Amino acid sequence: MSRSATDIDAKRSTYIGLIAGSTVVFMGLVGIGVGLNERMLIDPILSLGYLFVLTVPFVAGFVAANEVVLEGMEEPEKGSRDLLAGGIAGLAGGLVVGLFLVVLNRFDLSEWMPRWGDQLLDLFSFRQGVGLGIVISLVVGAVLGAFGGGIHVLKPEAKRLLTIVGVSVLTLAILEAVVDDFLGEIGLKSLARLLYASGGGLAFVPALIVVAIATALALGFKGKGTELKNQYDAMDEGEQKKYNTYMMFATIATAIILPIFLGKIVNELLANIGLFVLLALGLNIVVGRAGILDIGYVAFFAVGAYAMAVLTTPEAPWRLNDTFANTAFSWLPVLPWLVALPIVVVLTGFVGLLIGTPVIRMRGDYLAIVTLGFGEIIRLLFLSDWLSPTLGGSQGIRNIPGVDIGIAEVNGTDPRAVFWLVAVFVALAIYISHQLETSRIGRAWMAIREDEPVAEAMGINTVTTKLFAFVTGAVLASFSGAIFAAKVGSTFPNSFLLLVSIIILVVVIVGGMGNIPGVIVGAVVLIGILGGPKQPGLLAEFSEFKLLIYGALLVFMMLKRPEGLIPNAARTRELHLEEALQDAWLKGEKPGSDDDEAVATA
Amino acid sequence: MSEQTPLLEFRGINTHYGAVHILKDVNLAIYPGELVCLLGGNASGKSTTLKTLLGMVKPSSGEVVLDGEVVNEKPISYRVERGITMVPENRRLFKRLSVKENLELGAYLRTDRAKVAEDLERIYDMFPRVKERLSQRAGTLSGGEQQMVAMGRALMSSPRVLLMDEPSMGLAPALVETNFELIQQIHSEGVAIFMVEQNANMALSIADRGWVLQTGKVVLDDTADALLENPELRASYLGDAASH
Repeated sequence: MSRSATDIDAKRSTYIGLIAGSTVVFMGLVGIGVGLNERMLIDPILSLGYLFVLTVPFVAGFVAANEVVLEGMEEPEKGSRDLLAGGIAGLAGGLVVGLFLVVLNRFDLSEWMPRWGDQLLDLFSFRQGVGLGIVISLVVGAVLGAFGGGIHVLKPEAKRLLTIVGVSVLTLAILEAVVDDFLGEIGLKSLARLLYASGGGLAFVPALIVVAIATALALGFKGKGTELKNQYDAMDEGEQKKYNTYMMFATIATAIILPIFLGKIVNELLANIGLFVLLALGLNIVVGRAGILDIGYVAFFAVGAYAMAVLTTPEAPWRLNDTFANTAFSWLPVLPWLVALPIVVVLTGFVGLLIGTPVIRMRGDYLAIVTLGFGEIIRLLFLSDWLSPTLGGSQGIRNIPGVDIGIAEVNGTDPRAVFWLVAVFVALAIYISHQLETSRIGRAWMAIREDEPVAEAMGINTVTTKLFAFVTGAVLASFSGAIFAAKVGSTFPNSFLLLVSIIILVVVIVGGMGNIPGVIVGAVVLIGILGGPKQPGLLAEFSEFKLLIYGALLVFMMLKRPEGLIPNAARTRELHLEEALQDAWLKGEKPGSDDDEAVATA
Repeated sequence: MSEQTPLLEFRGINTHYGAVHILKDVNLAIYPGELVCLLGGNASGKSTTLKTLLGMVKPSSGEVVLDGEVVNEKPISYRVERGITMVPENRRLFKRLSVKENLELGAYLRTDRAKVAEDLERIYDMFPRVKERLSQRAGTLSGGEQQMVAMGRALMSSPRVLLMDEPSMGLAPALVETNFELIQQIHSEGVAIFMVEQNANMALSIADRGWVLQTGKVVLDDTADALLENPELRASYLGDAASH
């Protein structure tokens, strides 16, 4: 069944191309192109700005050439048709950009659009002026689109090779700060100088070498991954357990040893990531496990931080001012961090109980809105004039001491120590999450998330069970808040904006709700690369577009991969079982051999 | 049978949803090992009766009595632990959980692990098809299989009385009969069954006794055989065109 090379849906390709072109123009107008152009990834050929802009026609080509294969239909053979479909999409995109160049040149809209101007023109025309720029954008669009479509033609091995090479080069380019730092610390500064160009970015020749090495490794280790996995699957339970223990110790050892070889900036980043991992693990229990959509989660982070600040700071406002708190609690001594921690945890848990009790009886949208409200109420309370003699109002609490662990004091000036401290609590949080998931209460959460009234009919006390999840989430957030206070040395209401809740929620959703490793990876990748609400990530240039990217990611994940980046292993297995059963059914081998297979379920 | 104490009893139950008066002075009694059914049209209060028995709805007056004890103020878990279990309308499995997880959740309140494992085996014997699908997601099962899992899940709580809300609703006609056979099978193991059903003919044919609810009041209360013969009931529920 061969089809001619022109047997494609040209209208659809054009449509996709037009969308892609408009996307590129939009990116240009909001400043993604020019703004990110300063960051070189591969010197001198690829900047972050171009990476973003040029990815669009490539993806458009890929999507245009993607044919939906219905279950049971024969997969269409791949060929030049795909290249053509992709090319048309790319060409259409290029056309939009070309037209935009003309408009950009003829009119001046810079009054309404600050990014409107010569810089944008230079970016889109590759500094060649309008006339040549149009030709270039058509050609580049068509070529990239065809490449994108061509991905479908490649054999799986080739796709794998391309992915590995591309990811290695990009990772090395994005991790520039980390690698540079690491090499510097172990005395190989010269290697770092060789690897990266002086203005930033992977230098061209080393980039080629990386490509060569990645190719060699990819070919050399072909199939080794699946082999290892098969070996692991073949092990019996005891051996698997032993292997898991080894892996755990290896991870712990890495977490202990790696920071020694990393400098301040990278350790600072790691510590920030750790704080967000803690928050994400906590929210994962609330949203991912119990299905309570809490968008005021930052409240518990704030309560944890403020409680720690109040208890441990000698110069806290309430000790200096003649306030109710002062008169009523003047007997309370300045506590060391470790002594204050249990109090902070209990207090935050209590606040969780207080907020949770009215909230937990609500469902869906109402619950989300009310949690949002409570999140803001807590922040506004900290900001209020009423509490300002106690908590300092917008001035917050300053000079919060670090964590005294006997031999040294852990505070913000030593991010390495902070990272270790965070790591201990992350380990604790992982342990708690895992124990809870596999326990009776974990099963009750699953049932409630699936169908609350039925869970209730099974005898599950839905109110206390959900409240327990809410309070556990609050406690994990209080760990993060307590460390945050000691690390930063000050707490302000402004550190606890709604944005924090939203970013943690995005991390949980992108990582995969209810999935511990997924949530951790999500936090590491997102916070690591894009950065937190106020903390810079590896790509500091993103700061302006961080929210745009978080938002776009959220929409994409909800539409395309609601199970998260790294779906739960057990779920995947079940999904594959379903597929296997479907295949069997299609081939006419009824697995259950019965007569009600066709009966529609209610 | 009526010399025994009832397992579950309504004494003058009134139920309100806000200002709406649903159940009006309802008296019922379910004895151990009985198979009884509750008939009635739409909005006659059948589902509310079940929910009040289980404790999902609190009556505004009257007494819900379990083994001679008034349990009005007791939570659902108290009643489930003492042997009341509901098979909800449309089965309502936890669709994204595996069949095994569904069954385990049925035994949520039980702590006697050895006995739970035993019951699990008994359910596998009763429904061999369920055993084949243990790791599959419940939502992907066929209608008949889902019904088996729903019953299995209910049986996992080791009930003395099963409350079944419209067990044949949403099932293909061919499956309705199998479904009633299943119900009889469970009944034959000594579990009392209280069934709310639209399919009055079928329900009465296997039941010992029946009640008929009309706008929240019990209008008929008799043995199943007598109800099948009752001309009024035949006209309104059993689709007997001849008496029109």
